[in-house]
Amino acid sequence: MKEPTRTHEPARRQFLLQVTGAVGAAWISAQWPAIAAAAQHAHQAASTKTPAKFEVLTAEQAREVEAIASQIIPTDDLPGAKEAGIVYFIDRGLKTFASDSVPVYEKGLAHLNQLTTTKYPGTKSFADATAEQQEALLVELTTENGADGHRRLGPEGSSDFFETIRIHTIFGFLADPSAGGNRDYAGWKVAGRDPAYTFSPPFGFYDKNYPGWQAAKAEAEKK
Amino acid sequence: MNQAKAVYKPSDEVDFVIVGSGAAGGVLAKELSTNGFRVVVLEQGPYIKPEEFSHNEIEVFAQHQLTNKPELQPVTFRKTQDEKARLQPSVMYGRCVGGSSVHFTANFWRFHEIDFIERSRVGEIPGASFADWPIRYADLEPYYTKVEWEVGVSGLAGASPFDPPRSKPYPMPPLPVKGSGVVFERAAWKLGYHPFPAPMAILSQPRAGRDSCVNCGFCLGFGCEVGAKSSSLSAMIPVAEATGRCEIRPNCYVHRVAMDKNGRATGVEYFDAKRNAHLQRAKVVILSANGAETPRLLFLSANSQFSDGLANSSGMVGKNLMPNTAAIAFGVFDEPLNDYKGFAVSRVLHDFYELDHEKLGFFGGGGLDARFDATPAAFALGSLPPGTPKWGKEFKKALHQNFTRTFEIFCHGTSLPVETNGFSLDPDVKDAWGLPALRMTFRDHPNDLKMMEWMSARAMELLDAAGAKTKWSEPVREQQFAVHLLGTCRMGNDPKTSVINSDHRTHDVANLFLCDGSSLVTSGRGQPTMTIEALAFRAADRMTAMAKRGELGS
Repeated sequence: MKEPTRTHEPARRQFLLQVTGAVGAAWISAQWPAIAAAAQHAHQAASTKTPAKFEVLTAEQAREVEAIASQIIPTDDLPGAKEAGIVYFIDRGLKTFASDSVPVYEKGLAHLNQLTTTKYPGTKSFADATAEQQEALLVELTTENGADGHRRLGPEGSSDFFETIRIHTIFGFLADPSAGGNRDYAGWKVAGRDPAYTFSPPFGFYDKNYPGWQAAKAEAEKK
Repeated sequence: MNQAKAVYKPSDEVDFVIVGSGAAGGVLAKELSTNGFRVVVLEQGPYIKPEEFSHNEIEVFAQHQLTNKPELQPVTFRKTQDEKARLQPSVMYGRCVGGSSVHFTANFWRFHEIDFIERSRVGEIPGASFADWPIRYADLEPYYTKVEWEVGVSGLAGASPFDPPRSKPYPMPPLPVKGSGVVFERAAWKLGYHPFPAPMAILSQPRAGRDSCVNCGFCLGFGCEVGAKSSSLSAMIPVAEATGRCEIRPNCYVHRVAMDKNGRATGVEYFDAKRNAHLQRAKVVILSANGAETPRLLFLSANSQFSDGLANSSGMVGKNLMPNTAAIAFGVFDEPLNDYKGFAVSRVLHDFYELDHEKLGFFGGGGLDARFDATPAAFALGSLPPGTPKWGKEFKKALHQNFTRTFEIFCHGTSLPVETNGFSLDPDVKDAWGLPALRMTFRDHPNDLKMMEWMSARAMELLDAAGAKTKWSEPVREQQFAVHLLGTCRMGNDPKTSVINSDHRTHDVANLFLCDGSSLVTSGRGQPTMTIEALAFRAADRMTAMAKRGELGS
């Protein structure tokens, strides 16, 4: 059986470095080889953050995928799918954990371009359409066959393409960066998740100055 | 001082071979090796050390790093015995050293006195094979205490007026309260209930060479890098290995209990990582493979004496699966809770533990917890209010507003035992080793669905009292997915209606013991792991006494 692979990308390193600040020296010395390895991997990952080329998608397909992902999570005053490097996450995914989805992407993308040229003659592909046209195209596609709640992009083989790319985009946007997406914590900026891995209470608004179970209970009982 | 790690040959007849290294197997390995016995633990999954755990959701969730792999071990599902089962991943369990205790939430509630004697209290329930346990809460109490002190549980004794009697306080104070806990607690007080700090198998203080929780936020579903989660991997296995008498052997897929002509177990047959076949010899065989794989192993071990499965003269192997019931309600609040920080649960409510079945028209009860257990990705895909757009500007806005301001109330409840619910071998589908796949047959008893509807309504009232600006509940549905694998080789005094006796010894084979979720007679109120571990501590005591009296040697 294949042993799980271990990636040590920036998030992992940061976790380890922060942990070492929080706990005892014994833990650090026990973990030192892992920390050193993580730091080295992180350095390599940081210097090759943008893959030179795509492994599964063609350059044209990549452009379409990025355009769709940017509709799913658009960029505004906060980063979107583009800034999070989703197209690279998806390309790597199609080679690894989501290799089953390659035909879904191929057929779905081809169908989407066909639909684009039908609806907007003269526009060669989805990526060439204006943002408004792109949104309208996806709205039309996702409401097609909407009765069963499934989003379909048309004919045989391309079914559920939109749902597939939607899940990949959202997952890649928000997963821990060690999974290969969420570049520069773009997704966590949107969600409001502090990229640290060690926290101390109070965590939020309501637990600030909370007197604790016993004192608060006594107070509640007085009322 | 640590001894050199034990290494045995399969041909060495060790005292105990334990199949599975999870909540029960880890405790048994620690206890039996500490008591001087030679032990081999066979684990089907890999041996991943805490420092190797990651937050990589692709590896952990998409590639099932810590759990059973559907591509290797397909599972089929059907609702009733008349249907043909179809391929459907309907069972999840830990598949690594430490088992499900590696990735669990770590809610550690003791069962209450009622859980052991409820059949006599409530009477017969049509459609259920409800029974009392052969032991009582008092028999397990010392072992619950042992779990708290030896495995490591944080909590506050006496905080819940519904708690059963205890002989000792918790060894550590509770974990810090989260925003969800504060909001939930205030609402519960407002409604006259009795919320209390959650008992959790997570260290609030450094203990036994392990560090306390750093609140990283990747808890449920993940292994703990700092060893603060009190899994068998962190708390039990290292102690077992340090005795120099216990070998943990990972990547070993056990497929048969070997028997001799006299009806005694001689060991277990397994495939190693390279799929070479071995027989590990042992004086005593213990199956702690979980409530799905333990009955499956007995079925796979059928022979001329036991044609319906080893140790199955009662016909009860694989029956009465109780996965517990669940109802969930979400609330969104005005200010940030930031509940993504830390462990999942900080407050629990047991006011509905024993409901008045005559008044309400259904049997059972449950516990509610206030929690947040989703990673950001899981949250965006599953925890936004109904009606939120699934993509685009509005989706992004909802994610931005809600992620830090949401928590959920999780209602955990009883499942009634139903004889037709359970596991069997699929007649057609095979696993990657060519062995018959697990087939699950399950349909919730109507009583349990009624109870969860009622619980769900209480959760919504609590969210209302808490001042949630948006709230919704997940519809209560028939379950088709089991994580708590309980009751499938139940304990009892009568060999005709149970598989093991109160010592966990099978009624049919003198040196074959079963100890895991399958041993449970009732399902408690949704948090079974602590009881599985208490049973394992007790079983180890019983086996040790029997072995010392010479009752287990061949």
